[in-house]
Amino acid sequence: MFHVKQFDVIVVGGGHAGTEAAAAAARRGARVALLSQSGAQIGTMSCNPSIGGLGKGHLVREVDALDGLMARAADAGAIHYRMLNRSKGLAVQGPRIQADRRRYRAAIHDLLTATPNLTIVEGEAAALTLDHDRLTGVRLADNSTITAPAVVLATGTFLGGRIYRGSEREAGGRVGERPALELGEQLRSLGLPMRRLKTGTPPRLDGRTIDWARLTPQPSDDDPWRMSPMTYGPRLPQLACAVTRTNIATHDIIRAGLDNSPLFSGAIEGQGPRYCPSIEDKVHRFGDRDGHQIFLEPEGLDDTTVYPNGISTSLATDVQIAMVRSVEGLERAVITVPGYAVEYDHLDPRALDHRLALAALPGLFCAGQINGTTGYEEAAAQGLIAGLNAAAVARDDAPVIFDRASAYVGVMIDDLVLQGVSEPYRMLTARAEYRLALRADNAETRLSALGEAANCLSEQRRAHVARRMGQRDNLRAGQVAVSEVDPDIAREVEEDARYAPYLARQAEEIDRMRRDGAIAIPTGAALHTIAGLSNEMIERLTTAAPTTLDEASRVRGVTPAALAALWLHARKSA
Amino acid sequence: MSDTIFALSSGRPPAAIAVLRISGPAARTAAEALAGRCPPPRRASLRTVRDAAGAPLDRALVLYFPGPATATGEDLVELHCHGGRAVVAAVEHALAALPGLRPARPGEFTRRALENGRIDLAQAQGLADLLEAETETQRRTALAAAEGAVGRAVAGWLDRLSAIAARVEAQLDFADEADVEDAGGYDPAPAISALLAEWHATLAAPSVERLRDGIRVVIAGPPNAGKSSLFNALVDRDAAIVTPIAGTTRDILEAAVMRDGIPYRLTDTAGLAEATDDEVERIGIDRAAAAIASADMLLWMGAPAVAPRGAVILAGKADLPDTGSNDADLAVSARLPDTVAALWALLADRARMMLAIDGDMALRQSQRDALADAAAALDLAARTSDLLIVAEQLRVATRPLAGLLGRDATEAMLDALFGRFCLGK
Repeated sequence: MFHVKQFDVIVVGGGHAGTEAAAAAARRGARVALLSQSGAQIGTMSCNPSIGGLGKGHLVREVDALDGLMARAADAGAIHYRMLNRSKGLAVQGPRIQADRRRYRAAIHDLLTATPNLTIVEGEAAALTLDHDRLTGVRLADNSTITAPAVVLATGTFLGGRIYRGSEREAGGRVGERPALELGEQLRSLGLPMRRLKTGTPPRLDGRTIDWARLTPQPSDDDPWRMSPMTYGPRLPQLACAVTRTNIATHDIIRAGLDNSPLFSGAIEGQGPRYCPSIEDKVHRFGDRDGHQIFLEPEGLDDTTVYPNGISTSLATDVQIAMVRSVEGLERAVITVPGYAVEYDHLDPRALDHRLALAALPGLFCAGQINGTTGYEEAAAQGLIAGLNAAAVARDDAPVIFDRASAYVGVMIDDLVLQGVSEPYRMLTARAEYRLALRADNAETRLSALGEAANCLSEQRRAHVARRMGQRDNLRAGQVAVSEVDPDIAREVEEDARYAPYLARQAEEIDRMRRDGAIAIPTGAALHTIAGLSNEMIERLTTAAPTTLDEASRVRGVTPAALAALWLHARKSA
Repeated sequence: MSDTIFALSSGRPPAAIAVLRISGPAARTAAEALAGRCPPPRRASLRTVRDAAGAPLDRALVLYFPGPATATGEDLVELHCHGGRAVVAAVEHALAALPGLRPARPGEFTRRALENGRIDLAQAQGLADLLEAETETQRRTALAAAEGAVGRAVAGWLDRLSAIAARVEAQLDFADEADVEDAGGYDPAPAISALLAEWHATLAAPSVERLRDGIRVVIAGPPNAGKSSLFNALVDRDAAIVTPIAGTTRDILEAAVMRDGIPYRLTDTAGLAEATDDEVERIGIDRAAAAIASADMLLWMGAPAVAPRGAVILAGKADLPDTGSNDADLAVSARLPDTVAALWALLADRARMMLAIDGDMALRQSQRDALADAAAALDLAARTSDLLIVAEQLRVATRPLAGLLGRDATEAMLDALFGRFCLGK
């Protein structure tokens, strides 16, 4: 061992959760080590080349409003912009971009490099180091040690990661990269509730072998909107996507190949996401359909790879080739990397609190797929919250928690830590009961003051926000004309007025929620002292560990009678 | 650990027998303290019940039901004693003297059953009504709720709301993600209208409380039409002051009457004079109007042409010549018992019709309020084409109903969503 390196926060993993966690902790003033197997892989988009979408776009804008990286890097790499649900209300419009993978990764590197207090450490995390029961840091595979009072685990699919394709098996979190075996075993040995989930990815195609002329192109949006309001200047050259679809012949090939599909042979136990099913799942579950759409998404300006979104699969390579070639426009397509499924360990997120801190081991935070979520945006948003709170632990600052009425990230974390997951969790606008108020376009208005209070906004961001807040105030007061403010602000203020009666009604609901949120309830053994709580209720409340009456009301299966008992108890002890 | 509670669970003494129920962790030891050895589970055994000093209080049947498969989900003991006041009081006294035992508060057995998951909220409320039910009709209604008729209906409505919400959400959350094209252009309006029509019909029926209080029969009409005479004849006592002076009944009079197993609440009202200078009479007329508005059945004793809609039109004073009207449903006179009996028969017919339609689905006031809230929210959804608002109103409509069953509405909607559509890329 050379010397012990000392930090405030160590972030394990350089994906979307890890990079946001590291940058967020550093913005709050913590000295941060970002630990990754390979520095060059930091900021890699492992699956599809797009960022944003419905619910997900909301998260990206929220991360951005708290000065996170994802929206700015997305703009720097965007080769296709598409505002989803353009014909509907702003609350369900979802900004989404396709990114040039290389440029996106480079932008993340640039942003990290420009972040003070942040050091990238190349190495493989072998284990957490503990002094008795206290977390002290991380031991690397080369036996060197980095110390810090707070650690964020953002290991994605690398914990116990196992890759499946046909009858092939390989240990790994991404194809060609080692899994984190020892760390996974250590977490299990700590008695943490670990489970298995699976996800998958489609084969990648060589774009030069696709017959684009036969397919319907989907051009990039004309109007010059951006993911981050901080982004200025011209866009990169824009590429069109194209749409094609599977057909009866494709489905026959898939059915014939199911015999050695790890999904259907029982080799994979982990539950996959219902909303991002593999093509074999789609064909199996919706057998009456004669076709499923495939979006052909270019992966970069100087990269010929195309991502066929919609045919995630773990069928054998030869079946994948036959399947792809049965599709219109792909008759001569060449697969550059076959698709695969990956099964991985995740933590039951009910073991976490609303800071994403593990109750069982103070100082340890978890973010991203390790918590049972799917998606870059879900990972980034958790990384942000874990990073802000890890910095708080190291530097004895206030925790940063968003409730369900302030942000999608609040909705997601509340869902995770109270309900747990039975499949990879994806953000949906339907999960947000205050959807009308939580819009992608008003993230800055909603969250800037909270970001300011958490001390995580840069000088530049604060100036930007101050200018735009002034515009909003002036526009609302009728002191400036619509043409004098940023166009997105004009739309935001107009939309506020349109839904004002509904927002007023929701405000009452939110008041009620926050009032119940102020009523503390007992946890752990103290639950047994409450008259009228059944053992079943005590068990449910113990697993999810809600700390307020409001949280308890959202724990699945907790009955109104149990809530009444909790409320009565709280009243008596007040 | 919860207390052990006890209460007399049969009717008030004196009665042939009195059933005392003991529920909670100390139920079995209480039985042993009072009656010696505890009998085997679910087997009635004759025992001598003694107080702490060993003095015999009664010879009683003792039954022991070990939890959790009991009505309350806890250990349960029943003592079937003789139903004299003194015996019951003595046994209650002896139970209260045991450590860890206390008398149950009203509804506490039901509450424990609810908390221990033995029944759902709708059943609990139905059970409370059952315990108070006095008549056969009320008992049937209460039974239907206890067996989950209301719960099943609410669950059915929730399923339908979830299905509509799922299709709306499919368009909001997955517009881009292919394979929802069969949801494209989905118009939720017909499904929403159908649900609303059903709810409004359900809400129009009398509530459980109303049935328990009796069907409101209101006698109304112009002054001096014979309303009070008829009221007295129906009530079978001189409850109302009957005089030949118009405007004698200045306030409303009410009487509860049981007839053929159906409870009625009869109301006599002030005559609806067109104009009056008398302040007291004017107030009486206002009250009469309010009573008419809340009537389940209205007996109209005035000109058929001006009868309120749905009223039973009576030709009054049938004993007097030249009052017969061909437009009336029935001619009555307080002085002709046959006509009064005919009116009772007509009331019973209409009441049975009302109860037969609604008897199985009568809602309690709290269930009614929840349904009314849901209907108000859905009404708004029916009046907009903005899918975002439709979705919001569906969410608002779902919440009070999900609350009745203690369910998670969002999860139910997502289940419907993913069951129906092949979503995601």
